[in-house]
Amino acid sequence: MNETRLVTRRMADHPADSHTIERYEATGGYSQARRSLQMGRERLVELVKESGLLGRGGAAFPAGMKWSFLAPARPAYLVVNADESEPGTYKDRQLLERDPHQLVEGIIIAAVANEVHHAFVYVRGEYARPARRLQRAVEEAYGRGYLGKDIFGSDYDLEVVVHLGAGAYICGEETALLNSLEGHRGEPRLKPPYFPAATGLYGKPTIVNNVETISNLPHILELGADGFRKLGHPEDTGTFLFSVSGHVRKPGNYELPHGITWRELIFEVAGGLREGRTLKCWIPGGASAPWFVPADHLDLEITKDATGRAGSMLGSGAVVVMDDTTCVVRAAQRIVRFFAHESCGQCTPCREGTSWLEMILGRIEEGAGREVDVDVLLDVADNISVGLAWPPRMTTICPLGPSAVSPVSSITRYFKDEIMAHIHQAGCPLR
Amino acid sequence: MSEHTVRIVVDGRELEVPKGELVIKAAQDNGTYIPRFCWHPRMKPVGMCRMCLVFIDSGRGPMLTTACTTPVADGMKVDTTDPAVKKAQEGILEFLLINHPLDCPVCDRGGECPLQDQTMAYGPGESRFVEEKRHFEKPIPISDLVMLDRERCILCARCTRFSEEVSGDPLIEFLDRGYHTEVNTFPDHPFRSYFSGNTVQICPVGALTATLYRFRARPWDLVAVESTCTHCTAGDRIVIQASQNEILRFLGVDAEATNQGWLSDKCRFGFGYINSDQRLTVPLIRDGDGFREATWGEALDLIAQRLGDVIRTSGPDAVAALGGARGTNEDAYALSKFMRTVVGSNNLDCRMDDTLDAEFLAATVDRALISDIDRAKTILVWGPDLKEEHPTLYLRVRRAAIGSVPGLVSSNSDAHLAAAAGATLVVVHPRATGLDPVADFKLTYRPGSGAELLAQLRAGEGRLAEVRAALAEGPVVALVGRTGSTEDPRLAEAVAAFVRTLPDAKILPLARRANTYGALDMGVAPTLLPGRVSISEETFTAWGDIPRKPGRDCRSILEGALAGDIQALLLVGADPVRDVPDGDLADRALDAVPFLVAVDLFLTDSAGRADVVLPADGFGEKEGTVTNLEGRVQKVNAIVPGAGQSRPDWSILDDLARRMGSSLGFGSAEAIAKEIAEVAPAYRGVTWDVLDWEARDGVVVPGGEGTQPLVYLPADTPGPIIKADLVLHSARTMYDDGVTMRHTPHLHRLAPGAALHVHPDDAARLGLGFRARVVGSSGSATLPVVTDPSLARGVVYVPFNQPGCPPLGSDPRVTVEPA
Repeated sequence: MNETRLVTRRMADHPADSHTIERYEATGGYSQARRSLQMGRERLVELVKESGLLGRGGAAFPAGMKWSFLAPARPAYLVVNADESEPGTYKDRQLLERDPHQLVEGIIIAAVANEVHHAFVYVRGEYARPARRLQRAVEEAYGRGYLGKDIFGSDYDLEVVVHLGAGAYICGEETALLNSLEGHRGEPRLKPPYFPAATGLYGKPTIVNNVETISNLPHILELGADGFRKLGHPEDTGTFLFSVSGHVRKPGNYELPHGITWRELIFEVAGGLREGRTLKCWIPGGASAPWFVPADHLDLEITKDATGRAGSMLGSGAVVVMDDTTCVVRAAQRIVRFFAHESCGQCTPCREGTSWLEMILGRIEEGAGREVDVDVLLDVADNISVGLAWPPRMTTICPLGPSAVSPVSSITRYFKDEIMAHIHQAGCPLR
Repeated sequence: MSEHTVRIVVDGRELEVPKGELVIKAAQDNGTYIPRFCWHPRMKPVGMCRMCLVFIDSGRGPMLTTACTTPVADGMKVDTTDPAVKKAQEGILEFLLINHPLDCPVCDRGGECPLQDQTMAYGPGESRFVEEKRHFEKPIPISDLVMLDRERCILCARCTRFSEEVSGDPLIEFLDRGYHTEVNTFPDHPFRSYFSGNTVQICPVGALTATLYRFRARPWDLVAVESTCTHCTAGDRIVIQASQNEILRFLGVDAEATNQGWLSDKCRFGFGYINSDQRLTVPLIRDGDGFREATWGEALDLIAQRLGDVIRTSGPDAVAALGGARGTNEDAYALSKFMRTVVGSNNLDCRMDDTLDAEFLAATVDRALISDIDRAKTILVWGPDLKEEHPTLYLRVRRAAIGSVPGLVSSNSDAHLAAAAGATLVVVHPRATGLDPVADFKLTYRPGSGAELLAQLRAGEGRLAEVRAALAEGPVVALVGRTGSTEDPRLAEAVAAFVRTLPDAKILPLARRANTYGALDMGVAPTLLPGRVSISEETFTAWGDIPRKPGRDCRSILEGALAGDIQALLLVGADPVRDVPDGDLADRALDAVPFLVAVDLFLTDSAGRADVVLPADGFGEKEGTVTNLEGRVQKVNAIVPGAGQSRPDWSILDDLARRMGSSLGFGSAEAIAKEIAEVAPAYRGVTWDVLDWEARDGVVVPGGEGTQPLVYLPADTPGPIIKADLVLHSARTMYDDGVTMRHTPHLHRLAPGAALHVHPDDAARLGLGFRARVVGSSGSATLPVVTDPSLARGVVYVPFNQPGCPPLGSDPRVTVEPA
């Protein structure tokens, strides 16, 4: 199965220098940004709406609709969320590192579409090289008059600031990101207000978009709404970057349209499993997502709705494949540990509950589990995320705590026997 | 249903509640308590502890929602009893307790702990947590006054929010994150806040404890009485708690009119002097260079005889009295009546030559209430640094300036919106003040040149045009007072006169010493009689034939003593040597006066020179009333007996009057209060019964039946402009060498200490090294030099009344030379 390359086209065709402004312009770069200045605000918002572009940060919210919510007060801000930190997700890294000008051009289009004159890119703290590449690209764009005062000779001003985070996953949550950008602790804000489009950065109307979402904008202008829609599934237009990792032969980023099946993604695109191994389970959309198992989900179509109906989510497109050598208790514990470590600590259930889950799972894995621990696990999980429902019914401000519940609800649902085996054998049966 | 209310249903009961109110508050005000830890009515909600999760149905079905972050909306349904709500609340409490050490038996909070109480009421019976608890080093001192136990902390952010949002000293913060989150101070920056004790009071567990109170008592062993703090003039409501006749703790009471629950650390922790073993316990009579102990009868007879001699030989005007501003209204009334009816002299003053005109303080027109600050469009502070001298007013002004006053719901939506936006704050002071960070405009001037600045501000030209325009936006509340001891007192009055030309303007005149206003209202001033009556007002006949010629004020009394005109001087809770800015004058006057009596708690620098010293009851040892800067009369109450043989001032004066062949006719402090309510027009009807039962937040006088015969218009005569190469600014700091602080060691050592603050350029120009000699108009000292770039060039600053530095005088002209 072949990839449908859009945002990764340039890096595939020109692996050596796709990140340079020379290559970018030689391959048609910045022509769409120029056009956007002539198109004007309404037409741009309309175009993005018609394209059906869904946000690529995880929530899959229609990008055009988000833009149309932007409150009329000015100044307004554009914030690009490049704080990609979900375990297994590494698509934005590639876009930042290999095609930073594509992002800069997208930023210009988004800024013009929303009448914004200040944009910020919040880059994950650990992404030193991507941040350097992006910084360089921004400087080059300034140098050529594509950013700064009177961009492209128009009377439009646009300042872009690249900001490096300090290593907190929670700053990928957009309101925590805004707090961090303002210099506060990276803690999610209370909702309501639900949308930064009303009250965002420094209390002003703010658009927060993911790197991949923004990177798609030049292509939508180039292809037109219909051209873009045609590429993908009718419900999920355009292409989607899957970061496939785990027990597959060919892990990596794959740009694909929606609508293929999990079987196709894992066994064809990613090359299947290693010799003699069988598929045990996989995480369909990042560490927060409830897991899928072959018996129920292998031939499911990969779309936002189909995944949602099956009780999980596509999220940011991180697919983590686990074969039969995986201890699910250990896997769940590692994921819970991640969330416990990354909890901001505001809400009691997340701060205390996620660490408690981690401790119980750790104890079971080490062979010190008790039968009652399964009930405690489920009830502690229930006190973080009521009914273990997905999407979660939260007792917390943001979904980080409930995300830690997903692996617990998944292994107790599909692998109860394996947990009990840990308890009865006083250790891991796979070792 | 009015336009300012909405209808909601709480547990099946339909309620009409104010629009914009939070669900948790609306429910509580109507009898449904929703458990909580992080929510505090005086701070912005953060929704962190999640304890107040309840079902809220805003039309899309019931959802678990935090009641502390959700404003009411018409038609909203709230369910606090559903099994799912109970389960969520039990879950939160179990989470909060998994890492809580449960060391309640050795925790100060045990017995009055919201975590204990709510666990009993809403928590699960037992914990399922079998893992190792989180550990931190057990209590660490985060300041001289506060200890922090991070194991007990439930991370509710009350203390961190208080210090950032309310007091503006963000010295305590969350460190790390998630499971490892802890509250702590920044390295090398202790929690040195004037308001740190509030965090101890609002901590819902025993994480923050007061160094002074640790392990001193269990809550169930304490007896308590409500009272009014007398460290500053705001009249903050407090609860005094004692055990075994020893005062152990003060707590703030949430009185909307005054302190809204907050206290400064000086108020909260400044009671050590009451328990001091240095207290005077028996009357003392001079014996050579020292004193000998005497009986009350012996001491009072001696005073009666000597005063009688002076009156006979030199006339009643040779007798004078200073003080009365530290006691109760009843004490002050007794002093006033004693001087007028027994001695026959108007030479009495409760002011220490460091404040403003008596009529201006007592009877100025357009007087504001403290709560007017909340609703002001523009606030002008031209007076002392509120953070140092009027700390709870600082909190109130700060809150009004930054806006979003919690608890101020939309009973009037325009006012609500204005308050949310914050008032325009104009601060005028010779140097940096605590309010500067939230001020919209800050004007500084050289001491002596205030009149010049006032004229410029009035004209509103040039750089002052913007400030002048801001002041034209009413309602305006102006807090005016003397910025320092070298400032002409007439300047503040002239500022007030200017303020009266502004739209919808009200004035709070600022004075020092808690009951200055009460003492003035009782006539402890050379020109005033009880109830804001002028001495010349012939309709005041309650005291019979009294002298009608205005007497001497504080300065004139001291000068009279020096000149030999004053032969006998009574100090009633007054320490002129430390308090009068012209310390040299006070010093020589007390040496010169032939007969000096001191009624005090301690052998102060002044009392040490007396011929007879009488031990008085202090705060918490006597009942009475006090009057704050608004004119609000409130009760102070007794909870412990006095020290040794000490007596209340009124009783001493009553006894003395009888020994002088006269009588004040008092039987008790309450009887005096009744007499005041009859005699003093402004206080008509203000009895203890009213204050104890009907008006716990006090009564602002004149009110009800009361009238104010004297109405004073501030005079627009700001005094001369004094220019000099070098001018002195000298102002009070919260902790100083005053007598109460001196005997409250844990606060006394926090005093900044005597120092000469000078701009680095001036230091270089004058060739100053580590120490310098400063010579003022009425005192001199050799002090350490502190360079301070925030000072204007040509201005030096010396904090007033610090250990080791006498008052330097009231003239701004000063010389400084290397030492």
